[in-house]
Amino acid sequence: MAASSRTVSGSLLHGRLAAARSFAIRNMVTIMFLVISALGYKLSGMTPFLFLMDIVARISRNAFLVLALIIPVMAGMGLNFSIVLGAMAAQAVVIFVTHWGFGGLPGVLLSMVLVTPLAAVLGLLTGNLFNRAKGQEMIAGLILGFFAQGIYELIFLQLVGGIIPMDNPAIVMSSGVGVRTTIDLTNGLKYGLDWPGQYWGNDLLLRPTLPWVIIGMAAALAVGIIIYQLRTDRRRRMSTAQLVITGAALAWACWWSVQQIQSRSQINWIRVPLLTWLVIAAACAGVHFFSKTKLGQDMRTVGQDRHVAAVAGIDVDRVRIIAIILSMVMAAWGHIIFLQNIGTFSTYGSHEQVGLYSAAALLIGGATVARATIGHGILGTVLFHTLFIVAPAAGRQLFGDAQIGEYFRVFVAYGIIGVTLAMHAWKQVLQRRSAAQ
Amino acid sequence: MAVEPILRMKGISKSYYGTKVLDSINLSIMPGEVHGIVGENGAGKSTLMNILFGMSVIHSTGGFEGSIEIAGQPVEIKSPLQAMSLGIGMVHQEFMLLPNYSVAENIKLNREVLKPNFISRIFGPKLQSLDYDQMYADSRKALERLNIGIDEYALIAGLPVGHMQFTEIARELDKQNLRILVFDEPTAVLGESEADHLLQAIKEIAASGIAVLFITHRLNEIIEVCDNITVLRDGRHVTTKAKQDTNVIELAELMVGRSMSFATRQRQSSHQGRPIMEIKNLSVDMPGERVRGVNLTVYEGEILGIGGLAGQGKIGIANGIMGLFPTSGEVKVSGASLELNNPSASIAAGLAFMSEDRRGVGLLLDSSIELNIASGAMFGTGRFVKTWGPFSQVDQAAIRENAEKYIADLDIRCTGPKQHVRQLSGGNQQKVCIARALTMNPKILLVSEPTRGIDVGAKQLVLDTLRRLNAELGMTIVVTSSELAELRSICTRIAIITDGRVAGILRPDDSDVNFGLLMAGQPIDKGA
Repeated sequence: MAASSRTVSGSLLHGRLAAARSFAIRNMVTIMFLVISALGYKLSGMTPFLFLMDIVARISRNAFLVLALIIPVMAGMGLNFSIVLGAMAAQAVVIFVTHWGFGGLPGVLLSMVLVTPLAAVLGLLTGNLFNRAKGQEMIAGLILGFFAQGIYELIFLQLVGGIIPMDNPAIVMSSGVGVRTTIDLTNGLKYGLDWPGQYWGNDLLLRPTLPWVIIGMAAALAVGIIIYQLRTDRRRRMSTAQLVITGAALAWACWWSVQQIQSRSQINWIRVPLLTWLVIAAACAGVHFFSKTKLGQDMRTVGQDRHVAAVAGIDVDRVRIIAIILSMVMAAWGHIIFLQNIGTFSTYGSHEQVGLYSAAALLIGGATVARATIGHGILGTVLFHTLFIVAPAAGRQLFGDAQIGEYFRVFVAYGIIGVTLAMHAWKQVLQRRSAAQ
Repeated sequence: MAVEPILRMKGISKSYYGTKVLDSINLSIMPGEVHGIVGENGAGKSTLMNILFGMSVIHSTGGFEGSIEIAGQPVEIKSPLQAMSLGIGMVHQEFMLLPNYSVAENIKLNREVLKPNFISRIFGPKLQSLDYDQMYADSRKALERLNIGIDEYALIAGLPVGHMQFTEIARELDKQNLRILVFDEPTAVLGESEADHLLQAIKEIAASGIAVLFITHRLNEIIEVCDNITVLRDGRHVTTKAKQDTNVIELAELMVGRSMSFATRQRQSSHQGRPIMEIKNLSVDMPGERVRGVNLTVYEGEILGIGGLAGQGKIGIANGIMGLFPTSGEVKVSGASLELNNPSASIAAGLAFMSEDRRGVGLLLDSSIELNIASGAMFGTGRFVKTWGPFSQVDQAAIRENAEKYIADLDIRCTGPKQHVRQLSGGNQQKVCIARALTMNPKILLVSEPTRGIDVGAKQLVLDTLRRLNAELGMTIVVTSSELAELRSICTRIAIITDGRVAGILRPDDSDVNFGLLMAGQPIDKGA
């Protein structure tokens, strides 16, 4: 850049301000929700214990489902609302596995194995549909979800007990035809993954307390960063400032955890479903690994520009179908994790909000329909569910009525998708304007 | 000769839907040769390259005649992938780059360096990891051959256009089997120093034994780097000359030629009306047709032609005046300043526009002829609208009467005023556009590409109509067209637009050389 007459410090400050401004514009959705969540938490008057207990459960329940959305975004297909189909497949399999009498960890694993081919076939069909509706994948996925709902109801309301024999009073309605509206997984799949020891009579197996898990995670992260710094090209390493901030945050988390352990506070009663968290971590690692493979690179290429990808010799349609299959299978597994944590589900309703809530969480984490990372998914899950937890209590404190908070969180889930899509469009306008100048 | 030509194309002919666009073209290139191809828009350059590159548009329209030999071996090129495997590389006119990838990732697009891992051993080679270190190293090497300091880690988004162009070239150089490299108007987007650098790079690439096909309309560049030059005109092979046997002026003349079936308009008496529109320093941000400061005066009662090659900005002028794209500068109509970026203001000032995008912008394809003719005036000036207090109603009778008048006047071939415009032929659709523009009673008629996509007979009719309007009604018309012959047949003056500016204003009977030079961005006095 040509040196101007402006003073160096002046232009530096100017540069910092511009950088801060562009950071704020890029992350405006996330920043807005950070503020709302923090305010909500303050207003709700919740204790850290109650809040942390709830958020730990909700992360274990939902994070995997959110991760299922990342791969289609990579392939340029937007938010894959068709994961509702994966959730339906998961419920179908869970109904049968419950009927056959499997439970605990073996039951969960069996469900995951059985649902894989089913979800893959659904993904193949959905992918083919999306290839005929390029650029309209999101709306096509939403409508597909409504359509599949009809078929799902036909099978479980009319065919089961009729054409498909199932003699099980706990699952089938008293008339002998149709599955009951709620399925209870207690003594079945409930806590199969969260609490695997329960099945064999050992309550505490793989359920450490939260402070110890935080210390463990901080240590793992520190080791990971050190390895990354040593193995990566100098130009792409983390900067000193980043290192200092991350190091301070990790140190504070450890110090806080040690304090909790020593003070024997209530926090020590929160037990983390370690196996579920390990599965989520494995999914993160898997998605990350996948994005660095040839197939992952092809997906990112297709995601940026289908035409350029085709000219470079990539089979665009095939890559897109694979992306949807992977997403669908992950969604089915994610929904099984969700169900085993809840322990009971509504046969004809539990899957309905899966696409919407996962998409909202991902968007709140800072993702757009064109770019989503694992970090967006995890951060978004935490923020979105923080809002879910604090909204009713905050509503009661503010308006004397928990129902208003309840309204607020439902309205937020839908609103955020609309707002984020609009903000995404607005951001593009801003960027185009600054590029034109 | 001892050395075999690396590429020989013999008797290449190609028709699209019965129209011959290439007629027995012959071309042969030696390894290490830089071969230039020049020609106007529509001369067949792109079609020839599409054939060489096996583009699907060729094969889906019935293939081509003639044969291609590479290093003496006859080959059939069915797809771009096959062309690549034969060692043919192409630097495209529009960039085939992904903005969110680094330079190296773009260079290695779909040719990523891979290394096996634990997972790929089980699930197959598609899950091999990318070997980034090797990709960056290879890219560095390719960029160094171009002798340019581009950071291979930088993202494409935010790079200057010139660096994008060099990234494209580096991608081709990185292909180990590259034997023939095609440059399709590579300097069109470059600044002068970048263009010089590129020409230098082309020479060095050729020196390493790769045959280079260089397509451009900048004649001085052709003379600078090419060993041999082939001139195409109207799909025919005009000549192939060695560089030392020709010069810029001869090439310009050969390129434009005199192939027109229309008679050139005779020089008018030098009498000019008073200025009706004055354009000062007009810039229009129309993608692909950017206008960068045009000064032009339109005189009352004339037909002014605006010509030039595609992408030079001639289309942008009328679109900018009508407020369809972001515009700056100053336009005066009959002495009064025109408010820019506001189509309503342009219409109110008495301008009517026939868009080059007839089917997209100009017409409501699924509406009746009468409605199409009336719509411009209805929204622009409120004609054909009866108002009853706060309500307004369309005046059907007046619309019908107006439509019937123009159907008779302009000889629009149709079943009646209620027929949908989609069912009309291109020529008749264009007449509907003319009728619509006339219904608005314009002071000045702006016409863009009036004969694009309509057959030869209809072209003549449309041109005759414009000429008649001018002669009988004294209407001022500004015609923008890619077909120079057309402009020369109806215009009183022709402004040639190059690089977003007026390169010069010529008379229709000026020499071919002058037209060719202006279109190629050469000042006339220097050449002549």
